[in-house]
Amino acid sequence: MCDQTFVAATFGPCDSCGTASPLMNIYIKNEPINYCSFCMEVMACQGLQKGETLATLKKECESLKKKLEEDRGKLNDVELHQVAEKVEVVGALSIKTRRVLKGHTNKVLCMDWCKDKRRLVSSSQDGKVIVWDGFTLNKEHGMSMPTTWVMACAYAPSGCAVACGGLDNKCSVIPLSLDSNENCAAKKKTVAMHTNYISGCTFTNSDMQLLSCSGDGTSALWDVESGQLLQSFHGHTSDILSLDLAPSETGNTFVTGGCDKKANVWDMRSGQNIQSFECHESDINCVKYYPSGDAFASASDDATCRFFDLRADREVAVFQKDSIVFGASTVDFSLSGRLLFAGYNDYTINVWDVLKGTRISMMFGHENRVSRVRLSPDGTALCSASWDNTLRIWA
Amino acid sequence: MEKVIVAMQDPDMGMKMRNQRLLITVIPHAMTGHDIITWLIQKYSICEEEALHLGGMLVKYGYIYPLKEPRSIVLHPDETPYRFQTPYFWTSTRWPASELDYAIYLAKKNIRKQGELMEYEKERYSVLHKRINHTWDFVVMQAREQLRASKQRRKADRIVLECQEQAYWLINRPPVCSILLPLSVYTCVALCLCLQIETCRRALGRNRVKSSICLEGFVKYSEQYQNHDPIMQGCLPSNPWISDDTAHWTMNAEVVPTPTRLRVECWSFSFMELLKDVMGRKEFMTYLEKEFSGENLCFWQACEDIRHGESSKIAEKVEEVYKNFLAPGAARWVNIDSKTMDKTLEGIKRPHRFVMDDAQMHIYFLMKKDSYPRYLKSDLYKNMLAKAIVPQETKKSVFPFMRRQRHSSPSPAQAAAQATEGDGRGKGAGPAGTNSDV
Repeated sequence: MCDQTFVAATFGPCDSCGTASPLMNIYIKNEPINYCSFCMEVMACQGLQKGETLATLKKECESLKKKLEEDRGKLNDVELHQVAEKVEVVGALSIKTRRVLKGHTNKVLCMDWCKDKRRLVSSSQDGKVIVWDGFTLNKEHGMSMPTTWVMACAYAPSGCAVACGGLDNKCSVIPLSLDSNENCAAKKKTVAMHTNYISGCTFTNSDMQLLSCSGDGTSALWDVESGQLLQSFHGHTSDILSLDLAPSETGNTFVTGGCDKKANVWDMRSGQNIQSFECHESDINCVKYYPSGDAFASASDDATCRFFDLRADREVAVFQKDSIVFGASTVDFSLSGRLLFAGYNDYTINVWDVLKGTRISMMFGHENRVSRVRLSPDGTALCSASWDNTLRIWA
Repeated sequence: MEKVIVAMQDPDMGMKMRNQRLLITVIPHAMTGHDIITWLIQKYSICEEEALHLGGMLVKYGYIYPLKEPRSIVLHPDETPYRFQTPYFWTSTRWPASELDYAIYLAKKNIRKQGELMEYEKERYSVLHKRINHTWDFVVMQAREQLRASKQRRKADRIVLECQEQAYWLINRPPVCSILLPLSVYTCVALCLCLQIETCRRALGRNRVKSSICLEGFVKYSEQYQNHDPIMQGCLPSNPWISDDTAHWTMNAEVVPTPTRLRVECWSFSFMELLKDVMGRKEFMTYLEKEFSGENLCFWQACEDIRHGESSKIAEKVEEVYKNFLAPGAARWVNIDSKTMDKTLEGIKRPHRFVMDDAQMHIYFLMKKDSYPRYLKSDLYKNMLAKAIVPQETKKSVFPFMRRQRHSSPSPAQAAAQATEGDGRGKGAGPAGTNSDV
């Protein structure tokens, strides 16, 4: 946790001492505080003088958390599966592999769909980022990154660029050029810079802004054009492994999940942590919003997937089975939000009924861990990326 | 910090300095990292860890700079040579580091190294060139003058000055947009706990909704969208991935003469669905114009453009929006309540990405609560729904082993390139052959 480097978002006069220096912008007791690191140290030590040791801070934190749990329980008048009793059971699904995308020479770590519903980008441990036309199996672009383990990739909403990052601690945006003589990777532009590996990235509603999350425990919003840091988000006490943007009307929030077992919801404008959920028993590998934006699901190394309701501010369902003992690494919803596809480290994808909490079926095919599942933008197919060097498209 | 530095430079009790060889030139008054630590320990009677911390701060804030690897702004407790920064370049005396000074520095470096600047320096140079173009002649002239003056000096002095200047700019215009703040372990932990307590306090104050209401919401949503879910209900005429027939995508393309029934039905599920769909938005605009409230949607679209567009264009876009929608007597004036209007007009004086948020939200909810429900009851919508097509389900092929040719489609990047360049590039790579991996 102490590896977490607090990164200065701005440079200017310190609120406390007035000297110009790199500043931290955080909120304490709802007040924005922009202090230089020296004044931060002083503030922390003063807290000590007032009798507030780390021990008392911890105790206060614990008691507040307990009170929060009690409060959350008060409005809990019914469980999800009870409400879902009147809903019809989902019929048998026949989901088969329709395409197998071969081309990577090592584990495929991430993938993302293009808005045109057939193209996708995938990144792999071999350092390559490939843009495919999933329908024809054509590889349209192949780019080599300077480091191996490209852990995150995203397609721009316009379809004209991709973003990727990983062990190089940077997230770069690569415009897709159609000139076969031109090397795509040459036009690469570094946008995000963290102090540890990049675990996830996504464009916000346009090509102009990029959200990234990193192993250094912070996530950040960047302006693609200038590479400037627009906002940084602090609150996780360990590596962040995944992030997802909310599909809501106001489009201002996103959720992150990390190794500290917490899933946090953030406000992009202010940088504040709006909600926090600590229910998992191990690292959270993936978080994904429900299509309406009122809830999200998470997949964790504790072999469960959980469903969190944002309006009720609590966990409402746990998707687990005694026979599932391997960690879940990725989740995605079907278009209606009724089905939850979860990829596991036992090489399978389980399909859960979100409302009833039961498992509907299993999808076999991969020969190694499933690292990522994503539904296509129009919901017609599911793509899964795996450590067996392939991607599969199911429908 | 400056008291410490002055003490260090005291001729009697201060740091022992020696001449340092840098390549073939001798740099006077240099010291090693190890010596710095030792002196600090002795002078202030502190332990090594604290000395390292204090010394590190001195380097991070630019009072001492490393000679060999100027970009590594850390204190190495070994033989690495360091020098004191001249008081002229102390951060405290020279804040704020002006754009003009930085431009002159980069121009000098550019001339000296004949264009061999670092990537981030090159980018900043061109950005500055655009921004302060009006005084660019002055910048270049100053740079040339300063270079000429420095050539008159002795080589050792020249190198010292260059080092000092470079160190100053590395601190004040760091290559990485953000600087790592040196914080002790204690502070890190304390801050993390404070943040957690903060989040908990805020969470306790939240309004929560009863579970029964929230959960009903999920059930309703899933029911409403069930027919639209291809994996659960299939899609018409057929799922392209299963049948290799792209008719479904062609029928649901962004702009079609007649949309499908499911698509038009979707517009009635929520206002967001209507606005998300290009055709839906166009239809809604037509309706609004009939009611003479089209400016609301135009305003909303302009605000979206500001929120998600390029940073550099924000100021001019805000100006445009003000002229067209908010100024008294504007051509397409939008009706916002006076409190929001005042707040927005105040914010426009210092335009930023979110300055239009409140006004945009107001207009959005106005349209959602008022115009949208009426649109759904209007003839315009009902006619659209009536003439919307319901595709026939493709009959399963008699010969299931016959696979259709899978045609490629133009890449979005290609479409964008054609739009901008007007190039006559061919369409993708013709029909792909069959692939036996499936």
